[in-house]
Amino acid sequence: MPQALEGSQAIARAVALCRPQVVAAYPITPQTHIVENISKLVADGKFHCELVSVESEFSAASVVLGAAAAGSRAYTASASQGILLMSEVLFNIAGLRVPLVLTCANRAVSAPLSIWNDHQDSMAVRDAGWIQLYCADNQEAVDTTIQAYRISERLELPVMVCVDGFTLTHTLEPIELPSQEQVDGFLPPYHFARALDPMRPLSMGELVTPAYFTEVRHMHHTALREALPEIAAADAEWAEVCGRHSGGLVQVVREGDSGIGILAIGSVVGTFADAADHLADLPAARLIRLRCFRPFPDAALREACRGLTDLVVVERALSPGAGGIIGTEVRAALRTMRDAPRVHNFAVGLGGRDVPLELYPRLIEAARAEEETGFAILDLEPEKLPEEGLSR
Amino acid sequence: MSAGPHHPLRDHQPRFQGLDSGHRACQGCGEALAARLVTEAAGPDVIVSNATGCLEVFTTPWPETAWRIPWLHSLFENAASVAAGMEAAMRAQGRDTKVLAFAGDGGTFDIGMRGLSGMLERGHNVLYVCFDNEAYMNTGVQRSSSTPHAAMTTTSPPGRERMGKRHLKKDLLAIVAAHHIPYAATASVAYPSDLRKKVRRAMGIEGPTFLLVHSPCPLGWGHDSALSIEVARLAVQTGLFPVVEMERGSVASVMPIREPCPVTDYLKLQRRFRHLFADDPRAREELEHLQALADHNIEVYGLKAEGPDPLDTEGADTVRRGGMRYA
Repeated sequence: MPQALEGSQAIARAVALCRPQVVAAYPITPQTHIVENISKLVADGKFHCELVSVESEFSAASVVLGAAAAGSRAYTASASQGILLMSEVLFNIAGLRVPLVLTCANRAVSAPLSIWNDHQDSMAVRDAGWIQLYCADNQEAVDTTIQAYRISERLELPVMVCVDGFTLTHTLEPIELPSQEQVDGFLPPYHFARALDPMRPLSMGELVTPAYFTEVRHMHHTALREALPEIAAADAEWAEVCGRHSGGLVQVVREGDSGIGILAIGSVVGTFADAADHLADLPAARLIRLRCFRPFPDAALREACRGLTDLVVVERALSPGAGGIIGTEVRAALRTMRDAPRVHNFAVGLGGRDVPLELYPRLIEAARAEEETGFAILDLEPEKLPEEGLSR
Repeated sequence: MSAGPHHPLRDHQPRFQGLDSGHRACQGCGEALAARLVTEAAGPDVIVSNATGCLEVFTTPWPETAWRIPWLHSLFENAASVAAGMEAAMRAQGRDTKVLAFAGDGGTFDIGMRGLSGMLERGHNVLYVCFDNEAYMNTGVQRSSSTPHAAMTTTSPPGRERMGKRHLKKDLLAIVAAHHIPYAATASVAYPSDLRKKVRRAMGIEGPTFLLVHSPCPLGWGHDSALSIEVARLAVQTGLFPVVEMERGSVASVMPIREPCPVTDYLKLQRRFRHLFADDPRAREELEHLQALADHNIEVYGLKAEGPDPLDTEGADTVRRGGMRYA
């Protein structure tokens, strides 16, 4: 039976179903409701865990690292500045190959200060060595959280589940929560082969000289590449349990016959699907959603782009001075295709700017333009810019 | 019978060593000695969270390790937070394995302060040990907030405008004590019995405990490596490093000084204070300043003994048989 749950509430319930033994988190908008909901579940005796209310995100990440290394399933969540404050620990967790799940309630990064949604925070740590999965809706956030634990623990790789701040975390939706039996059947009890144990003492986090560092990095990179089928399998096998798919690696959300493709990430995919429904007189575009951003699913992406003449990549972050982040990676991935589509790259919805249905025709228009758009911010409102000295 | 690496007499002296020989510390390293003493007293049923620093580097050049206990190094500034997570895991698993956090003064007084305060405030059952060698030794002797006033480091060099470090050594024990934790103490490698006793005491306490261990660094302090213990003992006997125990924020006991030594006895053995012995009025002023700091410590902690005491600065590390051994 679906229940009307706020995104954060649904995520908290999903986390509880995964039975982490240690949870550590620090409040930050728009993640706060997740840690608040978990605290309430703990206070009400509905969720038994060691809840560590830390003094910073830096410590939140450090606490869950220590807990997971000491043999307990652990969970944390954050956003924006919190993700950046954690970043040193995030790299460390991944390098130590400690299994963990973190929810990132995606939010813009200061300055200028903004509490609203974009993807600059998780994109900033894309090279930390974590798996990154982006959810399109709150049902997926629930299902992906459960899958994330299985992926993480099988591969000894941490997983970041990215959900759009406010758009998902603060939105009430009908949610199917799986039963405890379903989750227990899918997710075996936590077992970390290298767990710190006085009966089998080992040293973790040693100093590695140039003689071995390259090999460690290679192993980490290889493990992430080999995670691709595991991520797809976790989604497929969870679907066998509950009947719901969350999008695998790359999901073709709508087919289209115009040769135009639109690729997006996160909850904006739903907006574009709605727009295509409402604006049926436009050429039908194939709507592609990138669910898994790390590891980068280049083969699945090429498969999803087969037959396209133009692909519009829409993202909610940018690399200032370079351009798009996802767009650049998509271009690189499609380069080996025979008859690769042109790739037009746009940033939209930065710092929580609304992405309305009316934006959709402009994406189609861009795809049909004579010139390929290298990169542009599509929803820029030039009239708000100062008349002179644009860069200052 | 040869006295090889494993002398048969050893069989009659069963003693657990958490930190084994073969590591790469310098000769006379106070931190290596302190870590061995702490882990020896703590025993095998522990998990260690170790901050970045000399101790981490010289014990674990991959693929080797000198640790015989489960040990994790994460980062410089999160030894306390990682330990808190380990402790939460032990609690969740219903195990009573004690979690130890090891860090130097840089990882404790400076960059690790936030995590340490959080761990103490939340009451984790963790023994945090700070091996205090009074500067960033791993990166080549830079000043920390633990560096004593007027000491020379590579970032507090003496010169025409400066007489070494301008600021005072941070009173970390007072900050830790202000968290009103069950037990916080200072100790010195010069007094191994006292150090072991304090570790055992802390091990028996449920809740956060803290040990600040004065650990000479021959390289950074500029003394002969054979003199590490002598130097450490003089730091205590001058009153510059008070050896005290605090319970719930109040002083519970001190190691009395039988005969306070002038600070110059301590300073003159170390190159980091050499500029204070120049024929320079500023040097004389700084010497007076340091003597005043030692006198202040002796006064506020009541370190001056009324009469000889078996556990004072002369007697505390005397090898005894029988009752006093674990005094």
